[in-house]
Amino acid sequence: MGTFFHRHRSGTPYLLLAPGILWLAIFFLIPLLFLGYESLQSGDFPHFQFTWEFSNFSDGIRDYHQQFVRSFVYAGIATIACLLLAYPLVYWIAFRAGPWRNLFLLAIVAPFFVTYLVRTIAWLNILADQGPVVSLLRDLHILGPDGRLLATTFAVVAGITYNFFPFMALPIYVSLEQIDPRLLEAAKDLYASPTRAFLRVTLPLSAPGIVAGTLLTFIPAAGDFINAALLGTPKQSMIGNVIQSKFLESLDYPSAAALSFLLMGAILVALLIYARIVGSERLTG
Amino acid sequence: MTSVAAPTPRARPSIAARSWAFVKRHALTAYALLVIAYLMLPIAVVILFSFNAPSGRFNYVWEGFTLDNWVNWNDVLGIQAAVIRSLEIGFLATIVATVLGTLIAMAIVRHRFVGRGATSLLIFLPMATPEIVLGASLLTLFLNATAVFQLGFVTIFIAHVLFIVSFIVVTVKARLIGFDRHLEEAAMDLGANEITTFRKVTLPLLAPAMLAAALLGFALSIDDFVITYFNGGSVTQTFPVFVWGIARVSVPPQVNVVASAIFLVAIALALGNVLWQYRSAKRTQGAT
Repeated sequence: MGTFFHRHRSGTPYLLLAPGILWLAIFFLIPLLFLGYESLQSGDFPHFQFTWEFSNFSDGIRDYHQQFVRSFVYAGIATIACLLLAYPLVYWIAFRAGPWRNLFLLAIVAPFFVTYLVRTIAWLNILADQGPVVSLLRDLHILGPDGRLLATTFAVVAGITYNFFPFMALPIYVSLEQIDPRLLEAAKDLYASPTRAFLRVTLPLSAPGIVAGTLLTFIPAAGDFINAALLGTPKQSMIGNVIQSKFLESLDYPSAAALSFLLMGAILVALLIYARIVGSERLTG
Repeated sequence: MTSVAAPTPRARPSIAARSWAFVKRHALTAYALLVIAYLMLPIAVVILFSFNAPSGRFNYVWEGFTLDNWVNWNDVLGIQAAVIRSLEIGFLATIVATVLGTLIAMAIVRHRFVGRGATSLLIFLPMATPEIVLGASLLTLFLNATAVFQLGFVTIFIAHVLFIVSFIVVTVKARLIGFDRHLEEAAMDLGANEITTFRKVTLPLLAPAMLAAALLGFALSIDDFVITYFNGGSVTQTFPVFVWGIARVSVPPQVNVVASAIFLVAIALALGNVLWQYRSAKRTQGAT
């Protein structure tokens, strides 16, 4: 096939690409244009008109800045919680689990095999008012006699943390697994304490995994609405809940489209800030 | 510790030091196993509550063991149709996306061409876009082109191919990079034409990567809620959309039965794969 490709160097790659790229162009890029077109319309369902209605954006920020802030705070806390839970676990799998590595890796992705909505509903069972967790916490007086976990911020953030955990764990595992064990031996030979070897060798070398995991966790978490809808109340409502209800319940397409763009923009700004922090830390460290 | 009189003063620090060493050595293991338990807990709950016999409409509190839910899994109105719909869309979208994705991966790995960077970016972007934005933007396309698209089976299929195809490209690409092209050249030198070479050499070598990618794509498709919910309209329901609709009213244990069955099939496939890797790794170790 090699010679076949060489002979048709100019045309072949485009023939291979054409069907898939057309699909992505028609159903990903063009819809984004339509979303932009929709976001500048005004009127009432179903008679919207294109009027360069930029106020959809300013109104979106004015009316829903709370939900925006909440989404980013929840996604941020969940991302940090994922990192704190995942790093020691995958470190242990990569360096201590021996031949059982693949089995434990399977345990990390196992939640993905249970339908997203159903595994979120499982947290309803676990955190239920009559459930064992709440009654234990009440007996220990950590919760008051009427205290509950469901319908609280804790439940929503915990749900997000659980649902996006594998996105954090897998990239960190990949970066840890690629570390050459001879580097750690060299650190030991040079009299580095285990702590120092970890801080100066392992941690910096796993940084790319942490960065990738953070992005893969934070982006979907910021746009999530399922955890807030199932485990929270309107007081925990995130920007995803607003977009969802405007698109599918109140049929206010222009405002929903504008909020979608604002969400993408806000995520982009967060990513730029993050890149700035990560980059400058790398420079000084 | 301090109140206990120690007969041998030199043993005390050594016990303390030893227990500290014990804690240090096993703290990480204990923490890791606790996190694993946390990951497994909701799965265990889903499976456990598929055997529950709730007296009311909600399946939140354990009330007794029964096998009825498994025997009469399709006793809930609409659940069987939704499961069948999920499987149909999963199969169709996976097949189409695997073909499209493999072709793209071959072009990107094996060719230098104008627009290669832009192509890679176009593959990456859908994976970096929040699902809700993907679903919403596609919905605006369909709403603005109602003459061509009616929300339903076809629009769900289109949406699934769209969000799966990037993952297929990434998976196949990873495998193609380590691909030995001399085998193909040898086949051509031995007189095989392009089509025979592709059929007899390239395709068999690519098959494992395509199968892995297809399994991932199928898992993504069958689990998707957000994009399907936005683009499915009100009539066509996949299993996750069915669960969303019913969750507001009551969640019957049959939902847990279906989710458990999907989980058990997936985990059996994955476990088989792990064991197979483990055994072949052992065999190659023994050979050397």
